[in-house]
Amino acid sequence: MNENVRNPSEDTVIRAENLDLTFETTDGPVHALKGVSLDIQRGDFVSFIGPSGCGKTTFLRCIAALETPAGGTLTVNGMTPEQARKSRAYGYVFQAAGLYPWRTIAGNIKLPLEIMGFSRDEQEQRVKNVLQLVDLEGFGGKYPWQLSGGMQQRASIARALAFDAEILLMDEPFGALDEIVRDHLNEQLLALWARTGKTIGFVTHSIPEAVYLSTRIVVMSPRPGRITDVIESPLPKERPLDIRDSQAFLEVAHRVREGLRAGHSYDD
Amino acid sequence: MRKTFPVITVLLVITAIWYLGSWRMNTPWALQQAARAEQTLTTGELFKATMQQDRPRLPAPHQVVSELWKSTGAMVQRGKAFSKRSLIYHGAITLGSTLTGFALGVFIGILGAVAITYSRVMEMSLMPWAIVSQTIPIVALAPMIIVLSNAVGIESRAVPKAIISAYLCYFPVLVGMVKGLNSPGTEQLDLLKTYNAGVAASFFKLRLPASMPYLFTSLKIAIAAALVGTIVGELPTGAISGLGARILIGDQFGTPLAIWAALFAAAILAGVLVTLLGLAQGLVLKRMGMAR
Repeated sequence: MNENVRNPSEDTVIRAENLDLTFETTDGPVHALKGVSLDIQRGDFVSFIGPSGCGKTTFLRCIAALETPAGGTLTVNGMTPEQARKSRAYGYVFQAAGLYPWRTIAGNIKLPLEIMGFSRDEQEQRVKNVLQLVDLEGFGGKYPWQLSGGMQQRASIARALAFDAEILLMDEPFGALDEIVRDHLNEQLLALWARTGKTIGFVTHSIPEAVYLSTRIVVMSPRPGRITDVIESPLPKERPLDIRDSQAFLEVAHRVREGLRAGHSYDD
Repeated sequence: MRKTFPVITVLLVITAIWYLGSWRMNTPWALQQAARAEQTLTTGELFKATMQQDRPRLPAPHQVVSELWKSTGAMVQRGKAFSKRSLIYHGAITLGSTLTGFALGVFIGILGAVAITYSRVMEMSLMPWAIVSQTIPIVALAPMIIVLSNAVGIESRAVPKAIISAYLCYFPVLVGMVKGLNSPGTEQLDLLKTYNAGVAASFFKLRLPASMPYLFTSLKIAIAAALVGTIVGELPTGAISGLGARILIGDQFGTPLAIWAALFAAAILAGVLVTLLGLAQGLVLKRMGMAR
């Protein structure tokens, strides 16, 4: 019934069909999601792009069981989002790194591990592994305020990776960082994705960021929040930063822009 | 220490103003005495006469200091540190009740804050009463608490004093801890949800540590309030020991020097307690890595 939903297969990690969600606010109801259907395959890097209020964050939060859709079905690894959370299916990265100032970087990464009841040795081992994964070896003993914003965000990614979730959900993780740091982190994130083969859901406001990172780009528009286009990226998996000057990159970026325009996203 | 000089200057100015005040306020009495003795005083003699009266309207700083010394250090030297005339004895009585009341108040305050944080009903039912409780003048309430605790058969004066003290000091702790326990933002709480964290984990790993800076700020206000509460509790009760009792007795017997010495002893005690809490705050926050 929708071209975004392919044939169900073993590789479908996240499957959304006809999701509906309305928030009651003082200004009246806000239709955050309407008829949103999407399949995400194992190993996909899916970006959600669109203006504020298009439901991209809400969709991500539904996957993480932080919101419950009022209508439609949503499965993560074939389970309900709630069950998926209990089976540690995903790690979530917010826009703010949100590291605890009273814990060292290593202590922060241990937080989910402590809550999930990993043994001490296992905790140490995992902290070491993920610190290496995000290029923060040697910073485990530092406190968050001793690190730059970009490093803090890398630490928060490490924290999300620590318990081996298959899915990484990222809500504008680099939104608060400057462009230079952002480029660097985008490059590192791609390298991390290539190494780990995680499935990544990535919310962003930035067209270049979405095109550079993703295998699929989901263009959304507001009022009501819906999907207007899903773009399969023709770019190769290896992506040096200067791929952004290539013809193929510009074409994808153009199509994203068109999709945003079609959704009247430039009206306000 | 580049700040030493300005601080000392301010201190000197305050002392100078005080001396000026003593001189002005004690002049009428000095003149009266001189007139009675049919003497005339030169300005120098008059000034001197205002500085050494037994019952001055406003004692001069050195008189207070010497009275304070007489009732503390000098007593220690004579081996009578805990005689009933010693402010150390009375200070210890007051300190005991203050600390008991403080402990009780902090316990109640934190408990209330936890209840308010986790229950909307508690927030709506507890908070208004907490605020109302602080609008009742403690001097009106203190005698009632003492009478009531007598009525239920509590003989010891320390208990009602501690209750009054706790009554005053639970409030800043309650308010501060409600703020502190709620200081983690939605993202922080959502993050814990994604780990499937339970109530206990989110309390002990997030809310409680996040509230520490708020707790210590509240504790510093609370310990001062606890001391005031204890002193007020000692005033109307016919108590004969404690700094409050010393102030009252000094008032009744017309010995302003004793009042001022007791006042200063109370102020010094408060200063020491707040300073100790400040040190504890520094240590704890540093250990937690929250001090920069």
